[in-house]
Amino acid sequence: MLPALLTMVGLAAAAGLAAALAARRPAADEQRLVDEIDALLPQTQCGRCTFSGCRPYAAALARGEADINQCPPGGDATAAALARLLGREPQPVDPRFGLVPAQPAVAWIDESACIGCVKCIQACPVDAIVGASRFMHTVIAAQCTGCELCIPPCPVDCIVMRPAQA
Amino acid sequence: MATSRVRGGLRLNAHKERSTEHALRPATAVESLVLPLDQHAGAPAVPLVKRGDRVLRGQPLAGPGGAISAWLHSPVSGTISAIEPRPAPHRLGAPALSIVVSNDGRDERHAAPSPTGFEQMAPEQLRDAIDRGGIVGLGGAVFPTAAKLRSAAAATSLRLLLNGAECEPYISCDDMLMRERARDIVFGARVLLHALAAQSCVIAIEDDTVQAAASLEAALSEAHDERIRLRRVASIYPAGGEKQLITTIFGVEVPHDGLPANVGVACLNVGTAAAVAQWIRDAQPLTRRIVTVTGDGVREQRNLEVPLGTSLGALIYDCGGYTGRMARLIMGGSMMGQALPHDDMPVIKATNCVIAASAVDLQPRGPEMPCIRCGNCSVACPAMLLPQQLHWYAQARDLAALETHGLMDCIECGCCDYVCPSQIPLVERFRDMKPALAAQLAARTAADAARARFDARTGRLERIESERSAVLARKRQELAKKSS
Repeated sequence: MLPALLTMVGLAAAAGLAAALAARRPAADEQRLVDEIDALLPQTQCGRCTFSGCRPYAAALARGEADINQCPPGGDATAAALARLLGREPQPVDPRFGLVPAQPAVAWIDESACIGCVKCIQACPVDAIVGASRFMHTVIAAQCTGCELCIPPCPVDCIVMRPAQA
Repeated sequence: MATSRVRGGLRLNAHKERSTEHALRPATAVESLVLPLDQHAGAPAVPLVKRGDRVLRGQPLAGPGGAISAWLHSPVSGTISAIEPRPAPHRLGAPALSIVVSNDGRDERHAAPSPTGFEQMAPEQLRDAIDRGGIVGLGGAVFPTAAKLRSAAAATSLRLLLNGAECEPYISCDDMLMRERARDIVFGARVLLHALAAQSCVIAIEDDTVQAAASLEAALSEAHDERIRLRRVASIYPAGGEKQLITTIFGVEVPHDGLPANVGVACLNVGTAAAVAQWIRDAQPLTRRIVTVTGDGVREQRNLEVPLGTSLGALIYDCGGYTGRMARLIMGGSMMGQALPHDDMPVIKATNCVIAASAVDLQPRGPEMPCIRCGNCSVACPAMLLPQQLHWYAQARDLAALETHGLMDCIECGCCDYVCPSQIPLVERFRDMKPALAAQLAARTAADAARARFDARTGRLERIESERSAVLARKRQELAKKSS
């Protein structure tokens, strides 16, 4: 009787300890989930999802504070991949967050009109614009993610989006 | 000498004897030569001449248009009659910007700088010299040789592999080259060894090329260079595939996302080595190559040394013209060659073989039937893939599964097609799916780069902000001390 009792108590204690240890590491689990979500996002860093970048959006998704349909650059493919990963119902991108671009585009600066104000350089989330104060700026097309964040700050409206070269 | 063999593959009827009966001869001169500017891998060349210019044989017509690009020289003396888009065989008849030279028949040679001994040059210098010869890989990939040498030279304890295993049926231009120009190949091997600072060289040939082996052995014993050895591999298609040959010869596998240089090997075609020899020793840039003209649809099946830019039609005419049984014109071998819509296209640096195929040459293909999961294709696959699974996922357009099953490692050799009892055009399916998967992989690489840049920027902004607030706090403290 006694050995059986001790075994049961011991097993229960071990299981409880394991559960307690597992519960103490939610941060590591959440970190891993954020990484997995971040890997599915297009890294445009455009902020159209209302968060300040792809990783903050991934963190919000992991916490359950955001929906999977908030990434227009990723399009329906990204929404579907997120739904699969997070076990949620698939749904198309919500047009309130922006239109899904028909083809990838990159920013282009009309260099004859650029006044060298560096406002676009400050806005670029991936440091893809080179230039200096009162010198002409230009976009490194290969590094541009097409986030369009440089367009509103430009005081002379010399930045346009052009289709990306394959 | 032990013979090694490739994994998988097929023993095919080589159909080579018919084109190796006759000795090599130069092709008859033509009046107009068309030289596409993008006939090599990498960036198209940029013209250095304009319409109406008089050019001499061996004069540079176009210079490299990027880091990976090649020079283009005039094969004849004459005048530039046009620089315009012309149908190009590497684009299957779609136009490519080309320089058209009209031949004046005088064959005046451009005064090239007199060659100096290559042993006196530093390896970097020698690589630059090879670059100016317009030399590209003549095995079919037409990758600029200098760019390959530059990237491979960074590897340590490098071995040179000269690929003379011409495994694809019908093609015999390398066989003919090894028979008749073995000295050029050995000289080229010595130049390449110096350019790569490599220690040893293996020339790999198939065990059924007896004459080529004999003449290479004679050239080797004449050269007295113990760094260069001859190795025979079993004559199985595709023994001469680059990755397959490296595994067969050295017993190492090239990583699927890597280059031969990653395992300390630089692999070049024997034709490339001969072209290097002709440029470094004789100052003859790459303006002509050996082309096999074969198939039941042409009267005289043989190998010719052809100036680049000669039209395929003129080449066929040079070989006695088409027979009545001619059915399809193919550039390349019978397994990987591409059918061309017409013959008004030039010979380019990549043209190793032209098959005028009749019904006898073409493997009859019945209608496609469903896959019966027999697994013959995975036994034949030399890249150790599972074509039956790839077929499955290609039908479903499942890019993630295609990636994990190694679609990008498919060398499109056609062995799976050949053995498939259901006559499924497997390689065609795989070729269709590759661009989509490549685009997805490129997007992922771009996303990773964007993430790294975003993280770097975020980190920088945070650091600047914390430094600024630290300075601010210190100044406040100093101010408070002063006023108290």
